[in-house]
Amino acid sequence: MLAMNYRGPYRVRTEQRPMPEILHPEDAIVRVTRTCICGSDLHLYHGMVPDTRVGSTFGHEFIGIIEEIGPLVTNVKIGDQVLVPFNIACGRCNFCKQGLYGNCHESNPMATAVGGIFGYSHTAGGFNGGQAEYVRVPYANTGPTVIPPDMDPDDAVLLTDVVPTGYQAAEMGGIKEGDTVVVFGAGPIGIMAARCAWFFGAARVIIIDHIDYRLEFARNYAKCEAYNFKSMEDPVVFLKKITDWYGADVCIDCVGCEAEGNALQTFTGKITLMQAGAATALQWAINSVKKGGIVSVVGVYGPPFNYVPIGNVLNKGITLRANQASVKRLLPKLIEHVQAGRLDPKGLITHKVPLEEISDAYHIFSAKLDECIKVVLIPSTKS
Amino acid sequence: METKNFDYKNIPGWGMDIDERNEPTYPMKNYTGDDHKRLDYEKPPQQPADVEILKSNERPALSAVFGNASPPSGLSGMIRRYAFKHSEDRYRHWIPLILADRINAWEGILDDFKSGTMPNIPAERGWKSELKYNRAALTKKILVTGVISLVLLSYLTRKKR
Repeated sequence: MLAMNYRGPYRVRTEQRPMPEILHPEDAIVRVTRTCICGSDLHLYHGMVPDTRVGSTFGHEFIGIIEEIGPLVTNVKIGDQVLVPFNIACGRCNFCKQGLYGNCHESNPMATAVGGIFGYSHTAGGFNGGQAEYVRVPYANTGPTVIPPDMDPDDAVLLTDVVPTGYQAAEMGGIKEGDTVVVFGAGPIGIMAARCAWFFGAARVIIIDHIDYRLEFARNYAKCEAYNFKSMEDPVVFLKKITDWYGADVCIDCVGCEAEGNALQTFTGKITLMQAGAATALQWAINSVKKGGIVSVVGVYGPPFNYVPIGNVLNKGITLRANQASVKRLLPKLIEHVQAGRLDPKGLITHKVPLEEISDAYHIFSAKLDECIKVVLIPSTKS
Repeated sequence: METKNFDYKNIPGWGMDIDERNEPTYPMKNYTGDDHKRLDYEKPPQQPADVEILKSNERPALSAVFGNASPPSGLSGMIRRYAFKHSEDRYRHWIPLILADRINAWEGILDDFKSGTMPNIPAERGWKSELKYNRAALTKKILVTGVISLVLLSYLTRKKR
């Protein structure tokens, strides 16, 4: 089968690999029909995530058709069209039982701080991902969800990560009616978080980035205000000023470890790797939120540590909330929003690329060429 | 888990101010109290380990399932084995893993040659799309690299003479 193959920082290709096999009685093999490149895949692509091994296949956003099931799989059957949440969850550990499907304790032996994630380095369990024609899906009784027959597959594939992560980012903000919400990062997740902030009763949603075409896209898609931080002398002062010198009620970090905008953070986080990436967006979020405000974090950071103004978290009485999205918990509500036409996930897709052209797809997304927002890869075996 | 041999519930005031609504993880977490049972839950069947799996020393055993992609090998594998002797709290865990990743990229190139594959690095880096959408920047990059290489080369050859 054809699959993506990571060869080192900024180098990927497709090549023929062995077919995945059932390795556990609750496994399924899924024939992939759509798979995306996620913004967090770029952290792997750029060599920012420790224990990303050459030969790995990335991809945690995918949908497909069940081709084979293990002897204990009962919730899905061969031929079902399923969307597969990006987190691998057993459904039985005490974390899964309490709805923390992104924190499963039985899917990753290599690190305790993160549950298993498809195609996201050995730090997240060493699973091959869905940027391939076929993929092994563990715990097929828990994760895979049958796609409603009337749902567009382009909507379905974005329900595996982008929509739930953006929604949970807003949900964790604890937004109250009338709140002002600032979202850092106008990538697919940030745009979705800004869009979802309205569901919780925000009165004003502001998105901050430095790429004009993405800000314009966000303005139209999420109906929010959009500002380029490169046009400001100091983004924190700017945000204080436009919130009546009070600070935003809620700030959401949708950027993570590859933020721009602060020379010291960039030098220590991206050039010399003295911290787990540049925490500029988180720093701005903490410093821009009001006293007693809430900062929600879904941007991905590496495991060791980051320089953030934790003293201000204490002195301002800020509540920090963060987690990997609990996709399975959110799916029923989000499927309803999509089917009712309240959310339009596929509106984020700007590029559809054959799986064979994955090297160019990664480069286009990484270098933000051709006004790229979201890339969907289509394997040739999709039909 | 209960504190052994100690009836903490007799401490004056124990539990008086419990507020079920004071749950900052809501609605992410449907708090059931099962956390206090720790690792006591119905375990899924265990996946057999048919390749070398490096395990975090912060857990007692392998998780019930795991990925079997790219087991550790070569020099990078030796470094990874060293890293996994240390907990996720230690730099001695993460810094060696990053070093191993960089070495692994070179091992990948050698493996390509060994298997008779010539790695097409410009194609792997997506230069076709760079040429299509960002031709000016690519041209500039090539020119700057060319000029720097020429200057270095002429400096080195002049020094030899």
